[in-house]
Amino acid sequence: MNYTVMIAGMAVVTIFIKAVIFVLGDRVSFPPLLREALAFVPVTVLTAIIVPMVLAPHGHGLELTWRNPQLVAALAAIVVCAATRHQLLTIGVALAVFFGWQFGVL
Amino acid sequence: MARHSTRTSHFLAGARDTLPMLVGAAPFGLIFGALVSASPLALWHGQLMSLLVFAGSSQFVAVGLVAGQTGLLVIWLTTFIVNLRHVLYAATLQPHVSHLPARWRWPLGFLLTDETFAITSVYYQRHPHAPLGHWYFLGSGLAMYLNWQGWTLLGLLFGAAFPRLQTLGLDFAMVATFIAIVVPQCKRLPWLAAALAAGAVAYASRNMPYKLGLLAAVLVGIAVGIVSLHHERRRQSDAQQGERRTASKETP
Repeated sequence: MNYTVMIAGMAVVTIFIKAVIFVLGDRVSFPPLLREALAFVPVTVLTAIIVPMVLAPHGHGLELTWRNPQLVAALAAIVVCAATRHQLLTIGVALAVFFGWQFGVL
Repeated sequence: MARHSTRTSHFLAGARDTLPMLVGAAPFGLIFGALVSASPLALWHGQLMSLLVFAGSSQFVAVGLVAGQTGLLVIWLTTFIVNLRHVLYAATLQPHVSHLPARWRWPLGFLLTDETFAITSVYYQRHPHAPLGHWYFLGSGLAMYLNWQGWTLLGLLFGAAFPRLQTLGLDFAMVATFIAIVVPQCKRLPWLAAALAAGAVAYASRNMPYKLGLLAAVLVGIAVGIVSLHHERRRQSDAQQGERRTASKETP
């Protein structure tokens, strides 16, 4: 395969998707229900990406156990973020718990 | 002069507010570069992909598919599906950029990512009629872009020296970053319900091909969120009517 062609094609597809709404502008209009739906996009997309990574980090079955560092650190991150709403602190604590659990506890 | 300085200050504010996202994205750039160095792609292909595509999750998926000898059309289709969420981001921000000339709208569209959307949408919620909001948007997007190029390059350079970098589990940084974005948005019940539903469906459908499970999860999550939102509104308007009725009875 020609990888340069592959990358060029990916770029065309991605730029089209990202910019088409901005460039067409007022010619595209969205009904109220769709606007409501859009408000839920970030929360649902991001959660849908991370939940399988946390619950089944090895791609096999459910790992609902204290021996799953992804799960332990994700729970710690949720608690810290809900309590403080501080993003950098949340990320820092989550990574510290993740690596601490992997190399210290297990 | 004053106008110039406010443009600069909006630009810098956008970059500054994106700082936590820059930190969160750093490990991905590093891992992406390291993955490319361990794949059939040449090192410069990795940098070219970051420069031209600039969409992390689809870049990861593409490297995985290249390693799996996947055909060109499937890789392009997967890129399309994985990046489709940007249409929804763009539609959310469109009213705030629609007055700009095309020379602004193309680059802002190109610079749109999960992170810049998260930062910019919060900004526009707080300042819906900001005349210089596009400079804030540009600051956030350009900061993410330069950050992504730099960490990709470092990953490519060090990937060959430390080929087992990704097995350290640095990809957990993505989980931590996304939790830091999602949790504050879940303070209202409809958003919490949408997130829980999306998470449950994503887990149940995680083995569907081409990330179709991701799209299913998003659709179900949005549906649950809208139903919950309308339920909440109905309850609020019922409560208001109840109050008005009690109030009118008490008035002589």
